[in-house]
Amino acid sequence: MKAYWWKALCIILLFYTLIAGMLMPVPAKDILNETIRNLHFHVPMWFTMMVLFGISCVSSIQYLGRGSLDKDIVAVETANVGLLFGILGLITGAIWANYTWGAPWSDDIKQLCTAIALLMYFAYFVLRSSFTDIDKRARVSAVYNIFAFAMLFPLIFIIPRMTDSLHPGNGGNPAFSQYDLDNELRKVFYPAVVGWILLGIWVAEIRIRLRRLKLKSLLS
Amino acid sequence: MTTILHITSSMLQVQPNGPEMATLMRSNGKIYVVVAVIVVIWLGVLLYLISIDRKLSRLEHAEKEKQQLSQTSASAR
Repeated sequence: MKAYWWKALCIILLFYTLIAGMLMPVPAKDILNETIRNLHFHVPMWFTMMVLFGISCVSSIQYLGRGSLDKDIVAVETANVGLLFGILGLITGAIWANYTWGAPWSDDIKQLCTAIALLMYFAYFVLRSSFTDIDKRARVSAVYNIFAFAMLFPLIFIIPRMTDSLHPGNGGNPAFSQYDLDNELRKVFYPAVVGWILLGIWVAEIRIRLRRLKLKSLLS
Repeated sequence: MTTILHITSSMLQVQPNGPEMATLMRSNGKIYVVVAVIVVIWLGVLLYLISIDRKLSRLEHAEKEKQQLSQTSASAR
């Protein structure tokens, strides 16, 4: 183990998130009620997904630059764990929506766009599995991965802001403003985001190391 | 009928005049019970994750040693 301080930080932050997220006072709002606490759990799933997909994209660019298979391993495993967090975000969002918006799936523009984004990453794994040659697989999927990450920005950040959406921060609703996120929520929300991102990186790191070992035993 | 009512009401209510006890787990709509459950789950997942991490570290270490051994034996030849 080279450096594990960030794993300790992840543990502490998530303990804090789970306990303070349940017990800290939250703003009382109609319809939302106590479900506003989902902010500390549902939203960081997407942040973690974006960070992991970002690492994946950078690794793919590095792979195309240097051609080292290790970068391909990092790209595939971060995409894998990112997809897991995306699916968790979608499911938790559906549960939350069921009790606040009235239905688990209301064809909200952001729901649709994130579903498309996740399907794009599913396609990444389908694409990978269609190659038998390791180098060809790494090269073609790296190119696809970069385009997939580029597509995330219009899908998640631009299109939902152009039309009406139920999500805060879209369709003219402000997000991260005084109205939405008060100081009590921030005290838990920011540590929660960091904690969940670190957890995602931790799981990805374990998968990366496992795959490195596998590759090593395959080559020797 | 009144006795049944009396028993159920005494079962459901925390007696306000009774002696002060450690009632943390029963207070505030019992939210602390939920916190306890969540913390136990997180602790379980965490210990599992750490054990996987440690197993992997041992495996990496063994692999490294094996490679060094094969290198030294190759140079000795």
